[in-house]
Amino acid sequence: MTINDLNTILPLVVLAGWSVVVLLADLWIPKDRKGWTAALSAVGLVVVLGLTLARGGTVQKAFFGTVLVDGFALYLDIIFLVGGLAGIALAYDYLKRMELERGEYYPLLLIAISGMMLMTYANDLIIVFLALELLSLPLYIMAGFARFNLQSEEAALKYFLLGSFASGLVLYGVALLFGASGHTDLPGLVNTMRAGTGNQALFLFGAALLLVGFSFKTGIVPFHMWMPDVYQGAPSPATAFMSVGAKAAGFAALMRVFVTVFPSLSDDLTPILWALAAITMVVGNVLAISQKNIKRLLAYSSIAQSGYLLMAFVPYANAEVSSDSIAAMLFYLLAYTLTTFGAWAVIIQMEQQERRGLEVADYAGLGKRHPWLGLAMTIFMLSFTGVPLTLGFWGKFYLFSTAVEGGFVGLALIGLLTSVVSAFYYLRVVVVMYMQPGDPPVKQNRWVNLTALLAAAVVVGLAFIPGSVLDLALQAVLQLQ
Amino acid sequence: MTTALYIILAVVIVGSALGTIMSRNAVYAALYLALNFMSVALLYLFLGAPFIALVQVTVYAGSIMVLFIFVIMLLGAERLAASENLRGQRFLAIALGVVLLAILGTVFISRAELTGIVTPPTAVDFGSPRQIGTALYTQYWLPVMITSMLLLVATVGAILLTRGEGTSIRDNLKRVDEKEQADQEE
Amino acid sequence: MLADWTYIGIFILVALFVPAIAITFAAILSPRVPGTLKQSAYECGMESVGKSWIQYKSQYYIFALVFLVFDVEIVFLYPFAIAYNQLTLFAVLEVILFLLILVAGLVYIWRKGELEWA
Repeated sequence: MTINDLNTILPLVVLAGWSVVVLLADLWIPKDRKGWTAALSAVGLVVVLGLTLARGGTVQKAFFGTVLVDGFALYLDIIFLVGGLAGIALAYDYLKRMELERGEYYPLLLIAISGMMLMTYANDLIIVFLALELLSLPLYIMAGFARFNLQSEEAALKYFLLGSFASGLVLYGVALLFGASGHTDLPGLVNTMRAGTGNQALFLFGAALLLVGFSFKTGIVPFHMWMPDVYQGAPSPATAFMSVGAKAAGFAALMRVFVTVFPSLSDDLTPILWALAAITMVVGNVLAISQKNIKRLLAYSSIAQSGYLLMAFVPYANAEVSSDSIAAMLFYLLAYTLTTFGAWAVIIQMEQQERRGLEVADYAGLGKRHPWLGLAMTIFMLSFTGVPLTLGFWGKFYLFSTAVEGGFVGLALIGLLTSVVSAFYYLRVVVVMYMQPGDPPVKQNRWVNLTALLAAAVVVGLAFIPGSVLDLALQAVLQLQ
Repeated sequence: MTTALYIILAVVIVGSALGTIMSRNAVYAALYLALNFMSVALLYLFLGAPFIALVQVTVYAGSIMVLFIFVIMLLGAERLAASENLRGQRFLAIALGVVLLAILGTVFISRAELTGIVTPPTAVDFGSPRQIGTALYTQYWLPVMITSMLLLVATVGAILLTRGEGTSIRDNLKRVDEKEQADQEE
Repeated sequence: MLADWTYIGIFILVALFVPAIAITFAAILSPRVPGTLKQSAYECGMESVGKSWIQYKSQYYIFALVFLVFDVEIVFLYPFAIAYNQLTLFAVLEVILFLLILVAGLVYIWRKGELEWA
């Protein structure tokens, strides 16, 4: 029984075990050979990716039903593992260049990924909470990795304080849900609520607290305050990784818990979700316009993207739409991951010592001097905006169409209008790159270059076959329950 | 009898919590917090959760309070500033707190018919260390393993963020000594 | 269940009262002859210098942080020890794994030279 349980979550077990091994091995790796730690971690990720793919999307329960492995988990795990590889590729040269090189970065990254994978498996609120902590704690540390830099320290402290506050709210929500029903496992919660034996008021309060906690992690207005400062202060590779990983894991929790457990609360929750999505899209996009620092710009852009994702989630309780809505979100998360890692790869090559080279104005001339990087950055900015021929376009297309399908035309209109606004600040980067003269110093590194170009190629390439990607996402969703 | 004890305890808990946030001296605030932790532990005991009560005393009132006082002493921050950085945040916070209480009150009163009561488990030794031990190491052993990973990350984070790169404190001191010697030789 | 704890509560109350009574009686009955020597903090030995609220060495803090981690570990080991004779061999393996992961943390601290007092 127990060995079968471990076998069900084998990729996670291997990843967590490997991260401890790498952490210990790193202690004996000499200071100038930290590349070994990075390589060991990358090998681990590749092996785990192989194990995950080999297991496929078969539905399996383990650990007394607290863990559920299915297509949904498979799809997101692949995103996390590939994201982890990109995270290592971006970090290696950067950490060395900025004199931050310490081997712990890579095992911490692996542990964060194990937390994210655990989140996709979670079928019990205790596991949801622990996964949230397991993915957040390494991210807090990674945000403060440049610990002699005041901005980085501020980022780590802010992220830690607000993040643990959010975790506290999630935990309180879990406690109230347990008080309302006597269960922490999702099936038990659903059954109690269907049978009508639980305490509805506590149930609603618990659901609201979970929503607040997850909103912190995904950066939904008004719980987004930490994002610009943390994105700016943390070392760029850590920012890239957290902007993808923490967000996708937060949305994974939101999808799994809300679609499974809270459809009965849709009368109360739908207006709240509607309002949150609307403010997030408006605030994120409008505040991004005035940003001069590219890291802050991408922070506000990331807030806006959360708004779009949440927009598709508003009709979550509508059984006919909810599977489409989750498929659209999963699709968009893929597009967002690729685009984000690509954009940060360019930013990392542009960043100089002492945090120079991070203003949008510093990008002047990049398009002419380094045509490939310029082209890649253009593709990412277009993909963020949602211009056709990029994956971002199809992502937004599916998000908007699910919102309309669910009967939220007004929300889709807000999304469309704010997308037009977003074109202004995304395209400004492109304009600066091509239209203004300049010779930006670029620290080329083959791994970072590879990440940027590969991401650009995939963003464009997959845009020609959006249907098959969406099919994958749809398959992932059908096994959610 | 139990109700009277409960009311006394409730007054102490709320009072010490208020003392924590209102006292201007950080050391006193920390001591109020310790009192708060202890009285909450007693509350757990009344509710029939002795193990949680003991954990509350050993971990919270014990080591976490020690850490708090360490930090306060380390920073020499026992006197808190009298003014606020954010003007008017106290009134805003109080107002919003009252609004939250009002909303919760209305929900719980107006929807009284929805507040079904969940019967608590009635086993005699429910919540005893033995029961918890059995539950932890059979049904909940995955969470226990995750917790050990969390503790590992916490250890790494504590070491990583409190000191410099690749050097122990002894190395740092040695470096300072060497520098001083070099300065003297100049 | 709660009744068992009430005895402990009564015991604590009594334990507080006994010295309180002794001190009160002493205060009432004893004659008062104040003097400079008697009012000093210690009747013999050195006068203490400075305040007792001082800054501690920061390495205490790292030790305290690490101690906290292992304190939480005790919280998990205590119920295991109590429930030991009801558990299977597998539970013992779980605890060994749990401890091994924490030992990894200890190895990390040791290898980083943090256990040396400097």
